[in-house]
Amino acid sequence: MVADSQTISAVNQEYKYGFVSDIESETAPPGLSEHIIRFISAKKNEPQWLLDWRLKAYRHWLTMVEPTWAAVHYEPVDYQAISYYSAPKQKKEAPKSLDEIDPELLRTYEKLGIPLREQERLSGIAVDAVFDSVSVATTFKGKLAEMGIVFCSFSEAVQHHPDLVRKYLGSVVPHTDNFFAALNSAVFSDGSFCYIPKGVRCPMELSTYFRINTANTGQFERTLIVAEAGSYVSYLEGCTAPMRDENQLHAAVVELIALDDAEIKYSTVQNWYPGDKDGKGGIYNFVTKRGACRGARSKISWTQVETGSAITWKYPSCLLQGENSVGEFYSVAITNNRQQADTGTKMIHIGKNTRSTIISKGISAGFGQNTYRGMVKVLPAAHGARNYTQCDSLLIGDHCGAHTVPYIEVGNVTSKVEHEASTSKIGEDQLFYCAQRGLSMEDSVSLIVNGFCKQVLKELPMEFAVEAQKLLGLSLEGSVG
Amino acid sequence: MRMLEIRNLHVSVGGKEILRGINLEVARGEVHAIMGPNGSGKSTLGYVLAGRTGYEVTQGEVYFDGENLLEMSVEERACRGVFLAFQYPVEIPGVGNMYFLKAALNAQRKFRGEPEVDAMQFLKLVKKQLKALKMDEVFLQRAVNVGFSGGEKKRNEILHMSVLQPKLALLDETDSGLDIDALQIVSEGVNALRSEDRAMVLVTHYQRLLNYITPDKVHVLAKGRIVHEGGKDLALELEKSGYAGLGIDDTETDRGASHAR
Ligand SMILES: Nc1ncnc2c1ncn2[C@@H]1O[C@H](COP(=O)(O)OP(=O)(O)OP(=O)(O)O)[C@@H](O)[C@H]1O
Ligand SMILES: [Mg+2]
Repeated sequence: MVADSQTISAVNQEYKYGFVSDIESETAPPGLSEHIIRFISAKKNEPQWLLDWRLKAYRHWLTMVEPTWAAVHYEPVDYQAISYYSAPKQKKEAPKSLDEIDPELLRTYEKLGIPLREQERLSGIAVDAVFDSVSVATTFKGKLAEMGIVFCSFSEAVQHHPDLVRKYLGSVVPHTDNFFAALNSAVFSDGSFCYIPKGVRCPMELSTYFRINTANTGQFERTLIVAEAGSYVSYLEGCTAPMRDENQLHAAVVELIALDDAEIKYSTVQNWYPGDKDGKGGIYNFVTKRGACRGARSKISWTQVETGSAITWKYPSCLLQGENSVGEFYSVAITNNRQQADTGTKMIHIGKNTRSTIISKGISAGFGQNTYRGMVKVLPAAHGARNYTQCDSLLIGDHCGAHTVPYIEVGNVTSKVEHEASTSKIGEDQLFYCAQRGLSMEDSVSLIVNGFCKQVLKELPMEFAVEAQKLLGLSLEGSVG
Repeated sequence: MRMLEIRNLHVSVGGKEILRGINLEVARGEVHAIMGPNGSGKSTLGYVLAGRTGYEVTQGEVYFDGENLLEMSVEERACRGVFLAFQYPVEIPGVGNMYFLKAALNAQRKFRGEPEVDAMQFLKLVKKQLKALKMDEVFLQRAVNVGFSGGEKKRNEILHMSVLQPKLALLDETDSGLDIDALQIVSEGVNALRSEDRAMVLVTHYQRLLNYITPDKVHVLAKGRIVHEGGKDLALELEKSGYAGLGIDDTETDRGASHAR
């Protein structure tokens, strides 16, 4: 990985994805009810079992209360004021080719740096683009299908691979799991589905690009990735939203399943709109991500760079069921201005000799509050389990905060859990040294921060790593000096 | 024209006056040495010329290449060609030395309106300097100064200088902590940079450095003032008879002096 040999340019600009696209869309009236759920399900022409599943989730959600244990503060969300479905109008129900997609939509993705036309894309990445509630295009489908790989929108998977969806949906994150997961299960509108058959190594990065456009809509996507025995896939997720004064809710669920010897690498660069300097607007990112290492020697690796969102509530986790399975979590979370992040992971060691690694880098600037919350739980039967956790915080300025909340439970004596934590400030001597060599304050901060995050950034696929480096610089714009 | 002109410079740190009326002129092409007891203010002079915050100029003027240096930001000074080799080089974890140096060079080139150098050009350039300093290529990939030995850090400062090619180089005890071979290599590096349109100020405690680099002038700093000036022989004299031999009170500071009383 040579990401650090690329130029970091902390360009002087604000959130650059804050534009709104003028696209005619079909949006459901605000409010949540069984009626709306039936409407969504009907729109998607879903089978009865799925509607039943949604309704079950909805009824359960009604009995739940929003969690308050996270170290984040926000005005209560009015779930009846949100629209639960918004889709750009298409000429036909499902576009067969990009020519049938609204040109304005294609332009939107081009503006975001995600051209959907295959010949314009780097050949190494296949993209599924999700706009508001629905998937609008998936590239390189044909090429992948030749290898038996399924990569499509969730809605399409329900139509064409109902057995796979039914078998795995909710098997890692049940509809009862938590408040936001239950909500998502009831109203999710689309997302990505990915299936890698036995022994197949997916030859390109698979990627989903999420875009919230319409005002007052929530985005509730669902991603399901199944890696059969001996397969490998690297999956990327990116996201942006327009700048709006109102907060918008994003409550996604991601489920990963890795069977014997399979490996799933899941990377996220989260750049939802963070709100303005005073904390007005921005996305509430309340996301449940969990992977099950079902098979022996399977491996799931989460890498996340969280820079956007007004509030982040997110704990990508691993259930290490298979013997000798491996879970990894690499995270960079930045909070600047009034942003709040409560993020971390859960590593649940169930099988023998399971191993997990957690590397978390929290950066707080401005009035940002950053909490690492992580659980390492070793069940009694998980003999010989190993965990290594390293949790570093970097503070920029005197008004921000960093907090570390580790929960460690070890149920046997043959396991070993290590936890290291540090908190540091960007040193005046470091900034002076950089400046003495000719670097501007912004470049210096960007450099030092990127150095601080290097352990995590090097886990990202190349193209994303460069993007992430730039993003770190941008997110911290104006935080020093 | 003088490259550096310091007139009656008074500097306080944390409300305490450290430099108490420095006058110093360094012409283009000249190499000056500054010697003086511990705590006399040598590093302070380097920092204030480089523009470090917390070093308050209460009186006096500094001109660099005819322009008012004290009005410029730290990075502007650097980009205009003021280089400070630190007595204690700073560690920057996770940032590769080569990457750092390339970013610095390009920031300076950009400031001067010159095109940036690309990765290939830079690699060629830096490898040449590395070889001249007999440094291993691993120092390019390692994080800036992290885990470098004392001597390696000093050599790395000279590497930075060789790549950045400053107009005015201030070397703060770059010879301290170097073994004999390293001292010679570093001296060669410094000598290679000596030129008609470059000036250098070496802060040192040891006359042995001056065996390798012949200074045009030697100044002795004590308690924030230049108390002696001379040619290269002054250093020899100092070595022989110490500061006391020259009638210089080498008690570290006023505070130190009163403590001793
Ligand atoms: N931040 C500071 N606060 C208070 N005093 C300071 C500070 N920085 C420097 N000093 C004092 O200023 C005086 C001069 O320090 P300086 O580092 O310039 O000395 P020096 O001549 O470089 O000494 P040495 O030969 O030991 O490197 C010392 O007495 C030192 O303690
Ligand atoms: Mg000193």
